[in-house]
Amino acid sequence: MYVAVKGGERAIDNAHAFLAEERRGDPTVPDLSIAQIRAQMALAVNRVMAEGSLYDPDLAALAIKQARGDLIEAIFLIRAYRTTLPRLGHSNPVDTGAMAAVRRISATYKDLPGGQVLGPTFDYTHRLIDFALAAEGDAPEAPRAAPLGPVPRVTGFLDREGLIEDEPASDTPPRDLTREPMELPADRALRLQALTRGDEGFILSLAYSSQRGYGRTHPFVGELRIGEVAVEMDIPELGFAIEIGEITVTECETVNQFTGSKTQPAQFTRGYGLVFGQTERKAISMSLVDRALRWAELGEENTGAPVQDQEFVLMHADNIQATGFLEHIKLPHYVDFQSELELVRALRSGLREAAE
Amino acid sequence: MSNHYNFAYLDEQTKRMIRRAILKGVAVPGYQVPFASREMPMPYGWGTGGVQVTAACLTPEDRLKVIDQGADDTTNAVSIRKFFQRTAEVAVTEHTAEATVIQTRHRIPERPLTAGQILVYQVPIPEPLRFLEPRETETRRMHALEDYGLMHVKLYEDIARNGAIATSYAYPVKVEGRYVMDPSPIPKFDNPKLSGTPALQLFGAGREQRIYAIPPFTEVISLDFEDYPFEATKAPHACDLCGDGGSYLDEVITDDAGGRMFVCSDTDHCASRQAAGHRGRLSPQEDAA
Repeated sequence: MYVAVKGGERAIDNAHAFLAEERRGDPTVPDLSIAQIRAQMALAVNRVMAEGSLYDPDLAALAIKQARGDLIEAIFLIRAYRTTLPRLGHSNPVDTGAMAAVRRISATYKDLPGGQVLGPTFDYTHRLIDFALAAEGDAPEAPRAAPLGPVPRVTGFLDREGLIEDEPASDTPPRDLTREPMELPADRALRLQALTRGDEGFILSLAYSSQRGYGRTHPFVGELRIGEVAVEMDIPELGFAIEIGEITVTECETVNQFTGSKTQPAQFTRGYGLVFGQTERKAISMSLVDRALRWAELGEENTGAPVQDQEFVLMHADNIQATGFLEHIKLPHYVDFQSELELVRALRSGLREAAE
Repeated sequence: MSNHYNFAYLDEQTKRMIRRAILKGVAVPGYQVPFASREMPMPYGWGTGGVQVTAACLTPEDRLKVIDQGADDTTNAVSIRKFFQRTAEVAVTEHTAEATVIQTRHRIPERPLTAGQILVYQVPIPEPLRFLEPRETETRRMHALEDYGLMHVKLYEDIARNGAIATSYAYPVKVEGRYVMDPSPIPKFDNPKLSGTPALQLFGAGREQRIYAIPPFTEVISLDFEDYPFEATKAPHACDLCGDGGSYLDEVITDDAGGRMFVCSDTDHCASRQAAGHRGRLSPQEDAA
């Protein structure tokens, strides 16, 4: 006998309680602290801040704890919280040229003013599981130089000779992706906003596809720098800008194959990536995708590659939108399914009658 | 529960922005108005568009009903109702007649709506042309030029291939002779109720950042051909609990030997009829008098 499915409310409450218990896990194992996550899962924290579009390492660490380590879920928590925050104003553009860099490398020059600084990188580690870490996690103190002061940009060297396309400065405030509906075609500032908060995996795969020939980008990492930059804000009552804090960002500038013609001398072109935190895979991917999306303005051929298709890239880069819509198919759809059932039955019986 | 959020969660400026989009939608029936959809504390695809529209419409005096698949007690309906109870502290009801605002997913209530009521639909894909043309830039142009040939070709091809229009839900409509509109994934059985109702119908698509509207007493016509007219279909049965032969039915599998029963998808409709003494084929036996 059919009993109407009542009690959805109690089922939900119980499921939430079960989830909370599972999140905590074995109670004989010590609880993770926010400080531990922030300090020891720093790259996860960075990703959550970058894709959550909110720079707050403690909050990101808390979100990771609450989300049981599911980073997209943690990003979602941050995004939903971010919506409720009042918008007090906007900062001035950060000056990444003045960055106190802990890492700064160039793939285009063997050495350059400011030098190559590896910083805390996985790059030349051998990926061998370190079983000693299982026993104890303490690391010996590393010799460390002071962060680099302002160092000149690689693209600046090229610019001086006119070898790279000019990027004229602009004081036009960019449009805000989170406050206005996305309108296509989107200008570069809006595209970069979407890319910097886009899903790391999606942006990575798009960038990779462009390297393999689906919309070729031919990138050199002109410069990759990671470090702290000051965030300044104009205070109308004071009449000048004051520093309100420092954030760590990763900036990648790629130097790409040139444009030029008989009348226009050949020049390298630029791709740009800027992401919260130490997130270099994302920043490099972003700069490749940025460059690939500029095919039209640079007079390149549209080969139909996904990475060249602005609408395809921008409408599918956001993992919170993607995961929500994907997972909504778990919701009941039995009304629609019933109408499909009736339709398929009707079509089948129509065919049977026609055959008889 | 203490409430740390603004009334109905969204801040007043955001609600004003949404109301402006709603007003534009009402002024241009069936036109999809872009709006700056916010990230809500429930996932995209789970009713964030409807929730934002409801939040912008609610006043403290409102009485809210939330249904999913026609039912008040489905999990997502429970979750959204709870959200507004917590953030807006509004009165809620399961009775269609008592509600001033009804948020729905996939159904229109059986009981005819009345003047003053607002029906808010959750919309996954607002663009009726999306599966014919994936590009938003292109479909907006098609709407602007009233270029709906592609849709008629699709319906024609359905008939050529299957002998009938093979769309059973989210069946496209034309609003007031101008815009072709996706009525959200309601079964086509519900399509006739879209037209000429005294209630205001609002559609919110959060992820796709679109709001559209059907103002009261607007003509809404389901697309069809003269020789293949639109038909509002349902399972050819009566409800096994309340005996109604005219309501939309869910099919419930009762055993693994092909046994099944049909019950109203609109739980309030079914419960009200049962309370009024109507009985169906499988109603519990009354105590013998």
